[in-house]
Amino acid sequence: MNGEVIRTEKPTKNYEIGAEVVHALRGVDLVVNRNEYLAIMGPSGSGKSTLMNLIGCLDTPTAGQYWLNGQPVAGLIDDELARIRNREIGFVFQTFNLLPRATALHNVELPLIYAGVPSRERRERAEVMLGKVGLADRMAHKPAELSGGQRQRVAVARALVNGPAILLADEPTGNLDSATGDEIMNLLDALFDQGQTIVLVTHEHDIAARAHRTVTLRDGLISSDVGRMAVAGA
Amino acid sequence: MDPMEGILLALQQIRAQKLKSFFAVIGVIIGVMFLITVVSVVEGMNRYMKEDFAKTVFGLNTVTVTRTPSVVFNGDREYWRRLMRRPRLTFADADLIREQLDVPALVAVVSENNGKLEGPNGTSVENVWLTGTTADYFRIRQYDVEKGRLFTPPEDRVGANVVVLGFDAADKLFGVLDPLGRRVKILANQSGNPITGVFTVVGVLKKQGTLFGMSLDNRAVAPAHSALAPMVNPHGFVDQILVQGDGPEAIPALKMSAEATMRTRHHLRPAMVNDFELETADDSLSFWDKISKILFIAFPGLVAIALVVGGMVIMNIMLVSVAERTREIGVRKALGARRRDVLFQILVEGATLSGAGAILGILIGIGLALAVRAFSPLPAAISPLWISVGALLGVSVGVIAGIYPANRAARMDPVVALRYE
Repeated sequence: MNGEVIRTEKPTKNYEIGAEVVHALRGVDLVVNRNEYLAIMGPSGSGKSTLMNLIGCLDTPTAGQYWLNGQPVAGLIDDELARIRNREIGFVFQTFNLLPRATALHNVELPLIYAGVPSRERRERAEVMLGKVGLADRMAHKPAELSGGQRQRVAVARALVNGPAILLADEPTGNLDSATGDEIMNLLDALFDQGQTIVLVTHEHDIAARAHRTVTLRDGLISSDVGRMAVAGA
Repeated sequence: MDPMEGILLALQQIRAQKLKSFFAVIGVIIGVMFLITVVSVVEGMNRYMKEDFAKTVFGLNTVTVTRTPSVVFNGDREYWRRLMRRPRLTFADADLIREQLDVPALVAVVSENNGKLEGPNGTSVENVWLTGTTADYFRIRQYDVEKGRLFTPPEDRVGANVVVLGFDAADKLFGVLDPLGRRVKILANQSGNPITGVFTVVGVLKKQGTLFGMSLDNRAVAPAHSALAPMVNPHGFVDQILVQGDGPEAIPALKMSAEATMRTRHHLRPAMVNDFELETADDSLSFWDKISKILFIAFPGLVAIALVVGGMVIMNIMLVSVAERTREIGVRKALGARRRDVLFQILVEGATLSGAGAILGILIGIGLALAVRAFSPLPAAISPLWISVGALLGVSVGVIAGIYPANRAARMDPVVALRYE
């Protein structure tokens, strides 16, 4: 359970909006180890979305460094980032972001398609993963035929199907009622217990409380880092 | 991402939005349909001209001597005036050509006009193709009788008033009656004067069918020196002299011999051009080759316009479709789709869409070509080569039209695309 999954070194991110430069991140040093359960909190405008995009390799920092699973990521081009997202990151979004015209099974197969997994193996792995999130009997359903909680389970299955280093969940319960939200959080807890590293972005304290460590951002800087596991050399 | 998947996805989309997809590819449908129909008709004409028309009109292995060309392309007035000043052909020309030949050949003179036939009991046929000719005409044209006989060289020489009728003419005049030995009155205008003659029917030709919708069987053939002469060739002139050799290899010799004879007859000095025409089936096809070449050059232009317009419509529809699916593209990229994956997906979509359009166009085109064949005298030959050309063109249009939208999709920033509402 040792080893750094995420290490950032003073990454900054500036956006130019017209003539004005917005400093969304001003150098956030963050180390996340394997099998940590981390929540990133902060009010809107604090830079938590930017940090999440960075961690998720959707974006690169203006300056500074980022190692994901030991690989330097900061200077990579589009297609290399895509490869890393495919292998190392499993996204769970607030709005599920399932493809509406595709079945649950096909949605879960998508990361495997881009990983170049042959179709038979792809199908088997997607079926196993849907079974794990309790949707073995909903595989042929399209998102519109599923409840919110079921949709988010499909999304979780999709996020995990390629065995990523991090499960990156952005407000995973934001569009769910609290009972269903709890269900999803229980699912995440269970995944964590199985050894999955989870990074949760949220602004809800009771959701963040599920995590074992909470990093709070304010104005593009870390304002608090609570519950950090003591790891030698970190 | 494998292509099958892309195609299935695109087909799904087409099924989900039938009308929109149809309008998206209507340009391609029309373009390909046009291509298939026109090419089929032109190809059919081509085949028809080479196989049937040339044989029917000019005869096999035959050199036809005429005063003026049978087809004139854009002659100006001076050209026409020169044509009209040319001397007419005579029986004596034909006789001399026959004498001068040093290879075996059949020679016949032909003069023609339009006229009317009147049979017994008041039956009559209008617009009859009247031919005054010599006995070898039937052998040159390979005409055979359905019943009765052809007229003979002696009847030909004395100008007997006997007639061989075309199948339709005989049928209309006599119906169930046996036409052989019966009288038929032939009427025609020559230089504004009505002329008539009474003939005895000696034979009926086998059915010949039609040429461009005109019956080849509504005719009457009589000896050149018979009472038909003043109706078809006043003053002893003839329209054509036919010279038929044993085979295609005899044609050049026949041509040279006939040309030499005619030049001598017309006292042409070596520097002067011919004031008569020598036509063969091959020559006559050269005019058709010109026409079909023009068609084959002009039509791709029209088809190209339809396809370019069609491509632009597809491009626009795909731009809209890409914009509508910004979020989907963002998700795909977040899940690891590289630029080329997205590019490929959109290109396959475009190709599938317009390929489906092309298939529809091909089917409609084939239908139209078949309809043309069924309901008009124009023949149509559907060629597999052009069907594949049509399909290929259709798919290429989709791919080319898809490049810009696909590129746009491929270059989307996943962060922005995921936020897109």
